[in-house]
Amino acid sequence: MNQPTNIFWNQKETEDQPIDIFWNRRRKTFLSIGIALLYLITMLLVGLLLRPESYGVNYNAKFIPPCLKHPFGTDYMGRDMFFRSVKVLSNSIVIGILASIVSSLVALIFGVVAAMKGGPIDGLVNWCVDLCMGIPHIILLILISFMFGRGGKGVMIAVALTHWPELTRLVRAEVLQIRSSQYVQASYRMGKTKFQVAKSHMFPQVLPVFLVGVVLLFPHAIMHEAAITFLGFGFSAEVPAIGVILSESMKHIASGKWWMAVFPGIMLLLAVLLFDLVGENLKRLLNPNSGNE
Amino acid sequence: MKRFFLTVLRMITLLIAISIISFIMITKAPIDPLIAYIGTNSTISEEAKEEIETYWGLKDPPVKRFLIWARNIFQGDMGNSIVYKQPVLTVIKERFQYSLVLMLIAWICSGILGFILGIVAALWKDHLWDKIIKFICLIFQSSPTFWVGLLMLSIFAVNLGWFPIGLAAPMGKLASEVTLLERIHHLVLPSITLSMLGIGKITLYTRQKLLEILDSEFVLYARARGENTWQIVKRHAIKNIAIPAITVQFASFSELFGGMALAESVFSYPGIGSAVTAAGLGGDLPLLLGIAIFSAIFVFTGNLMADILYGFVDTKIVYSSDGR
Amino acid sequence: MKDINQIPILEIENLSISFHMYNKGMKKHKLEMIHKLSLTISSGEIVVVVGSSGSGKSLLAHSILGILPQNAEIEGTIKFCGKEMGTLEKENLRGKEISFIPQSVEYLDPLMKIGKQVIGVTKKSEKRKQQEKRKQLFRRYQLEESVAKLYPYQLSGGMARRVLISGAMMRPAKLIIADEPTPGLQKELAMETLKNFRELADSGCAVLLITHDIDLALQVADQIAIFYAGTILEITSVEDFMGEGKSLRHPYSKAFLAALPQKEFQSIEGSQPYAGNLPKGCLFAKRCPNRTEACEGEIEMRSLRGGKVRCIYAE
Repeated sequence: MNQPTNIFWNQKETEDQPIDIFWNRRRKTFLSIGIALLYLITMLLVGLLLRPESYGVNYNAKFIPPCLKHPFGTDYMGRDMFFRSVKVLSNSIVIGILASIVSSLVALIFGVVAAMKGGPIDGLVNWCVDLCMGIPHIILLILISFMFGRGGKGVMIAVALTHWPELTRLVRAEVLQIRSSQYVQASYRMGKTKFQVAKSHMFPQVLPVFLVGVVLLFPHAIMHEAAITFLGFGFSAEVPAIGVILSESMKHIASGKWWMAVFPGIMLLLAVLLFDLVGENLKRLLNPNSGNE
Repeated sequence: MKRFFLTVLRMITLLIAISIISFIMITKAPIDPLIAYIGTNSTISEEAKEEIETYWGLKDPPVKRFLIWARNIFQGDMGNSIVYKQPVLTVIKERFQYSLVLMLIAWICSGILGFILGIVAALWKDHLWDKIIKFICLIFQSSPTFWVGLLMLSIFAVNLGWFPIGLAAPMGKLASEVTLLERIHHLVLPSITLSMLGIGKITLYTRQKLLEILDSEFVLYARARGENTWQIVKRHAIKNIAIPAITVQFASFSELFGGMALAESVFSYPGIGSAVTAAGLGGDLPLLLGIAIFSAIFVFTGNLMADILYGFVDTKIVYSSDGR
Repeated sequence: MKDINQIPILEIENLSISFHMYNKGMKKHKLEMIHKLSLTISSGEIVVVVGSSGSGKSLLAHSILGILPQNAEIEGTIKFCGKEMGTLEKENLRGKEISFIPQSVEYLDPLMKIGKQVIGVTKKSEKRKQQEKRKQLFRRYQLEESVAKLYPYQLSGGMARRVLISGAMMRPAKLIIADEPTPGLQKELAMETLKNFRELADSGCAVLLITHDIDLALQVADQIAIFYAGTILEITSVEDFMGEGKSLRHPYSKAFLAALPQKEFQSIEGSQPYAGNLPKGCLFAKRCPNRTEACEGEIEMRSLRGGKVRCIYAE
């Protein structure tokens, strides 16, 4: 007789009849990820390779509203706002990547250790998470930046070190769930070593959750860096940073120089939005439960 | 009840830890409070400086300083603000009134609007309305609060001239002379800015929750008994989503506080948020520490409320207790 | 019990239900869960649909009520009192002419008091009348009046069952659909529940009972429909089901009977094919001892000895 079939793993199509083969949601997901990555990588590379002269000071061209030569206008020192925005955004992306790497590593270690060790260590990690989340994020950033004497170094450390709590919770919950699941318990009983279980069950299951977490962490980091610099705790005025640009623009907004605030903000918004989109789409793609809508 | 006390106990330990850590961070800062106090180019003699340092206890070992500070806190004395030349507690009290009004308005507006939008989006899932609402939420969630504030200022205050450019009352007017209408006039833009920060989260949460409920067995049963969509929403859905949604609103006190700080600094609104910026930039250690701890208490209050509400729902809702 | 004047209340013909799904890659595809199912229920009659769990029996109930998920596609016809039902008709009939009794308290709103839920939606002017009716039903099903003020989580299994039946009785219905109404109940309570259905049928209702508790069902049923892998393989009178099952028509029915714990407890080799993986022709062929090549063709339902069967070799 035939092999027993299983309701979950053996669902083949009755008929090979794909509906809307091109424009279904999964295609859109991949497309949106592609567009987002394209924007971010372009901004990053162009920003890094940009010659400083292109956004240099030119007192003959102060406060020019957006025009063909200066699509985003110029500021109070005659700097071209378009190139400045690109430069600034690429710096933001670098900081975002840095923060993502540091915070996600912390989160991965904390989350896995808490879930695997359990007991007092789990309690300690949870307590640390609650501690970090117990104070408004902005205030925590201000405190850390203050500790380092307010400056670029302070804001980078602050942003890199404060984005792990949510992701730690996610990783911990995921590992815990898999650890207690029946098939992992069964593999232990079948004599599989911890390493084998980790390799064949934990890793492939936790990785997607972790990746989505890292991607979603990135926009937060960028926004927080901008906010803290805007308040005056981050990068100093000479450093091209989005917060600096926007806080400068605030001084001139009352006199109607709207372009100084609008365009750099839109560039930032786009970066954040696209990363959010990538994260959400990845989440949907990797979570098979929501695949049938 | 036992769970409630445990939560409170945990919050108290966390609060003590936050105080200690904040204290360490602030005292480790390479910012000299004395220079912040007297200014960089002051002509005060070295002896006088020594005297002040001893008086402030700056020369004491850190643990002793902390203990003295903690003792004073329990006596209701958080020290004096260097920037505002007033007791820290007075500064916080005065400014928090302003901030509280702002946050309360934003909290309620974003909550109600988000709830309604979430329901609309869920009921018209995948239709035009849903797409528009989801898009707006995404934009709102991705916009930096301070940038939104700048846009508001630029459009409604500078270009259209409908609202004042900043502050909480007309400049130069005595606090006693300011009318309610003037206050409201000054509150509109900051409130809208702050509301926009929170609306995305609550909308998407409500939408998600309603979709889950529409998928639930009890809605299936209600449909089987001939109830139409509107009756289902009115009879079952609203009650079942409202408490979780309010819980989420309470749990978002942390973001609310952060957004408030940014909005206040854009609109030069004299609340606690602009005070914390002033304290940080002015090297005002006692005020910075005071506000840090105050903000933690604020967040914990929200979390506690969320916890209580959640416990209330959890006993009755059977369907969500499995797996989560 | 058998009445010549029976009017068919529900007639299902060649009903197929499929779902649109995404599989792991990017393709959308159709997954057929119910395949060419036919069934008729007349007034005063209890038809029990039996089959192992996970075979899609609940979908049958949901499709009659028109409460399938949005990605479901229906083919075939469902007639109610001789009239074909579309989405609109189902919407108008459910809760009025067709009553549904769900499986458990999970189907009750966790935040609404029982009394209000049993009554359901009413016009303001009829509130009082409905309240009276509810009280009457509570007395009839031995529920204390205080139960009306409880929340679903406070109900015991037996109370919940009677509450759900009261809910179905609030409006006089011609067709009652009960989906697994007895699991988790003590034997006496389950029996009592089924007796309630018998009473309802005797008063003229048509009852569709979906269950895998065949032992109990046999005691009240008029007809038994054997459900397998998304379709009905045989419809038979209860009498044929008694004893050794010699008068059963389909090989699966015989095997099903033999597999029951109180009989020989002899299980059939292999397992039920599941949706999306259905073989062509006879769905049972893979496990059938009598299969031949002819079993791979399309098998139609045919009448045989007063019942119906979907097997070319049945005699």
